[in-house]
This record gives sequence, C-alpha cells and structure tokens, in this order.
Amino acid sequence: MAMMQSVHPNYPRIIACGDSALVVEFSDQIDEETNERVIALADMLATRPITGVIETVPTYRSLLVAYDPVIMRGKTLSSSLQTMLGELSVGGGAARRITVPVLYGEEVGIDLDELADMKQMSREELIALHASADYRVYMIGFAPGFSYLGGLPRQLHTPRLAVPRQRIDASAIGIGGKQASINSVPGPSGWRFIGRTPLKLFDPSRPQPFLLRAGDRVRFRPVGADEAESLDAAISRGEAVEEWEAP
Amino acid sequence: MTMLHIKQAGPMLTVQDLGRTGLMHLGVSGAGAMDPTSMLIANRLVGNADSDAALEFAHVGGAFVAEKPVRFAVTGGAIDITVDGQLRHGWESHWLMPGEVLKIGALRRAVWGYLAISGGIDTPKVLEARSTHLRSGLGGIDGRRLAIGDALPLGETKKSSLLALRKPFSRSNGPVRVVPGPQADHFDAAAWKNFLREPFSVTPSRDRMAQVLDGPAIRAFAGHDIVSDGTVAGSIQVPSSGRPIVLMAERQTTGGYPKIATVASVDLPRLAQTATGSTIRFKSISQEEAEDLLIARYNALANILASLEEKPGDAAKVEDRQT
Repeated sequence: MAMMQSVHPNYPRIIACGDSALVVEFSDQIDEETNERVIALADMLATRPITGVIETVPTYRSLLVAYDPVIMRGKTLSSSLQTMLGELSVGGGAARRITVPVLYGEEVGIDLDELADMKQMSREELIALHASADYRVYMIGFAPGFSYLGGLPRQLHTPRLAVPRQRIDASAIGIGGKQASINSVPGPSGWRFIGRTPLKLFDPSRPQPFLLRAGDRVRFRPVGADEAESLDAAISRGEAVEEWEAP
Repeated sequence: MTMLHIKQAGPMLTVQDLGRTGLMHLGVSGAGAMDPTSMLIANRLVGNADSDAALEFAHVGGAFVAEKPVRFAVTGGAIDITVDGQLRHGWESHWLMPGEVLKIGALRRAVWGYLAISGGIDTPKVLEARSTHLRSGLGGIDGRRLAIGDALPLGETKKSSLLALRKPFSRSNGPVRVVPGPQADHFDAAAWKNFLREPFSVTPSRDRMAQVLDGPAIRAFAGHDIVSDGTVAGSIQVPSSGRPIVLMAERQTTGGYPKIATVASVDLPRLAQTATGSTIRFKSISQEEAEDLLIARYNALANILASLEEKPGDAAKVEDRQT
C-alpha cells in the first residue's frame, strides 16, 4: 500500500458543483494512477460513510460527491474529504477480472473492415491486436452500464465520426479516440464499432442489473458466429456465462 | 386491479415519482419530476405519500377515465380542467367517478404539469423507482411515453378529504441563480461578463434531458472538450457552439463539455417551467447561499403542505357513493 503522492501540481482540489455536490479532481488527464485514486476515494467513502453523502460518481480523473445540504453543508463535507485525501492509499484491493467474448465484424461491427484498411492491417491482425490488450474500466457513465475502457493499443486510436450514427446496438464493441467501449443500451454514437458481445452489460430484469463497475479489468476473446449464438441462447435462458477470473 | 385508462395523451406524458438515487456511478441519472414541488403538492392534495407516482405532462395533458372512484389533483400551472365538461380548478383535489371523463388542456405560462390520482400510479418499480427514464427505456410502461389506449394500474386509495391550497401557488421571478463551477476557470472575464450580464432565451430544444439556451456565444479559452466527468441536474455545459445547455432530470451522468456553472436547486424547477421563447438572466451566488436558499425553500414548502385545507361542500356525499 503506497501513500498518495500526487504527481499533478494543483491537485487534488475540491470544487463546488452546485448546492448538493462537490467534485474532487485528481488531475485533468486520463491515466491509470489518477483513476486508481478516484476509485480509492469512492471506496473509502463506501467503507467509512459520511452522514449526508448520498452517492458518489467515479470518473476518469474526479469523484463527484452528492450530498444533502439539509444534513451536511458543503463546507463541512469539503473539510471531511480533505482529511480523507490525506489518508488515501492505492493498491488496496485486487481488481475483478473478466473475459468478454466478442464476435468481431458482422452486422454490429460495421467499421471493422474500414478500420483495418485505415490501419493498413488485415482484419485478423486488427482483431488480434484489439484482443491482445489488457483493459481497465475507467468509468461507467453516459448511459446505464456504459463502460469506458482505457488500455486501447495506440495503433487502434481512431478519431470519432464527424456525424454520429442514429442507432448503435447495445453490446457493441467501440473505439472512440484513445478510448474503447462496451455499449450497454442502444442509442446514437459517433464512435467506430468493430464487433458485439453476447454479454449484456445492463439488464434491469437481472438480480444484478449491471455487469461491470469502475476499476474492473477486461480482456476480449474473439469467438465465432456459432459460439456467439450459443452464448446468446444461454443468456436468454438466464444462464450465467460470464467468465470471471478467480481472484 | 383497478386501472386508469388514457383516452387522449399529450405529446410528453410519462409516469414519474421522486426518481432514482444511488445509481449515478452505474450510469443511471435520477429521472423523476421536472418540477418536484408541483408533483409533491399534487400527491398531498389527493392524500398520497410523497413517494407515490403521478403523471407528468409537457404543455398538454390528455383525457382520462378511472375504473373506480378516485380523487385527483392537477398542478404545475394555470390550466383548463373538466370532468364530463364541468370546469374544475387546479391545485385542489376533486372526485372522478367511474365513467366520467377527466380532460386536462394546455398549460398557460408553464411547461410541466402533474396529475396525481389517489392511490398513485402503481406500475412496477424498475431499479427501485417508477419514474420513466425515456433515454434508457426504464420505468412506467416499457420506459416510453404514454399513448391513447394505455391503461395504468392504480394503488390502494387511502381515505382523505378533498383538499385545496390556502393561497395560490406562485413562483418567484428574478434571475436564475447559479453557483460557478466546476469548470469556472475554463472561462475568462469576457466569457463570464457575457454569461452574467446578457440575457439568454429559452429555446424549443428542450426535453426531460436538457434545455438549450441562446444568447451571446460563451467561449472556453482552452477549448470545449474536457476529460468527461460527473454531471448533476442543473449543470450548465458549454459546447463549442457557445450555447449553454442546462442538464435536467434525465441527463447523461457524465459529460465532456466544460461546465461554467450549476443552477441553484431552488431555481432549476423554475427554469424548467419557463415558457419557450422567454428570456432569462443568470446571477452568480456562492454554494453556501444556494444551500441556504434550498433549506429556506424546504421550510416554505413544509408550511404550504401543512396548510392544505379541507374543501367545504359535498365531499362526504361522494365518499358515500364510493362505499
């Protein structure tokens, strides 16, 4: 367990976000260390709850802390958070690890071939590269269960489309700039999509509606159409097919 | 199960309650009423719990028929209400007998209206609330707007008198108060001057997710992309168009535009209720002042709710008809 030594000058800082939330910013960059600190503070608030704090939202580089001003004022909460920041350490708990099966290309992975052309590699090479990396869920945001992943190989970094598409499937596997995604609900998007997973990141009818959370580790495993279909069928029967690595 | 039948529906008719909490870290914003105070008053007028679900509509209500005698109240703004053609007042409760048609017309000088029915709308809870979240397809009926032919289950009616507000409900005028930040330092003095001194118009680009404003372009000197971070209801995002977007009940939980300021919680429902085409101005206040205003508002609301008075007349007679 390493004590926190921030490498970012002027951070961390605590800023007002209206009259019912504070934001603790750890940097203005996307990096793993920053995100670990964000999640460490969220975990600390979960294990040592402060009365009046309603919920927290971990993002790439900051933690939003929502509070009820009737119970606790922002000023008081801010000094409690300052104290916690002084005690914060990272590397406490081991991350959960999951392998996500992906059917690359086909209907949902509409951009696979174009992306392979852009990168001057074969589609097999692109798939192998995408599936070779170790990803981290930096945050769940935008929509229910939508997972923003870091760890995309540099060669696969690709700018977003100038004009977003109107409807992208839930479970689409995406690339947006330096980030990767696993989509969770259908909707418009300007990202590029290279495949789909049979896994459902969000299903309100399940006892555990959300599959992933910030801090999880993700690897992708290419599967063929047959395996994807049998996974689809198993999931629609309500079977648990998620491949979690034993801790 | 007793049902409420929808015979006509305005363009934005949804089931709403207090919304969801504790799920923002999983990408789910609260949803819930755009004007929670008006919904709360409607629920109290019909003897419901504050957590019961009601119907929310934008601009136009619709026509409704209940299968059993129910009490109803319509709040939000000035509006025409009839039961079988007979006028009824807003901001008080009335009986609606089986077969009678309740018609709710167009709101005047307000945007969001509420219809509370005694017993509450009893659609199943999804992620612990009945609120419809349109963007995510959650709650209400299949997470969608309600339409002609829909039937909504009603909860058990608790016994209560017909009630009315003692004084007409009014909203304050004046500037929309904001707390600077979290990205206040992405905007220079000229941008802040534009933001706080110039008027902004309420554009038709508005829904349960966000409200776009039009006025002098607000420029973020280092660009309009930030590393995405968390949002709250009232966050004022400024994209590269320079036109501020105020995030509302059904917003995305994270966003990548700098947020110049956050609307004070007391003034957000007032902004939601401001008619399209109207002009607003912003005023900067501290977080502490905004908290004080919110606490004062809760106290004022508690006084209003404590002073609901029984309506004189034939309430008891209708109660006999019910049994």
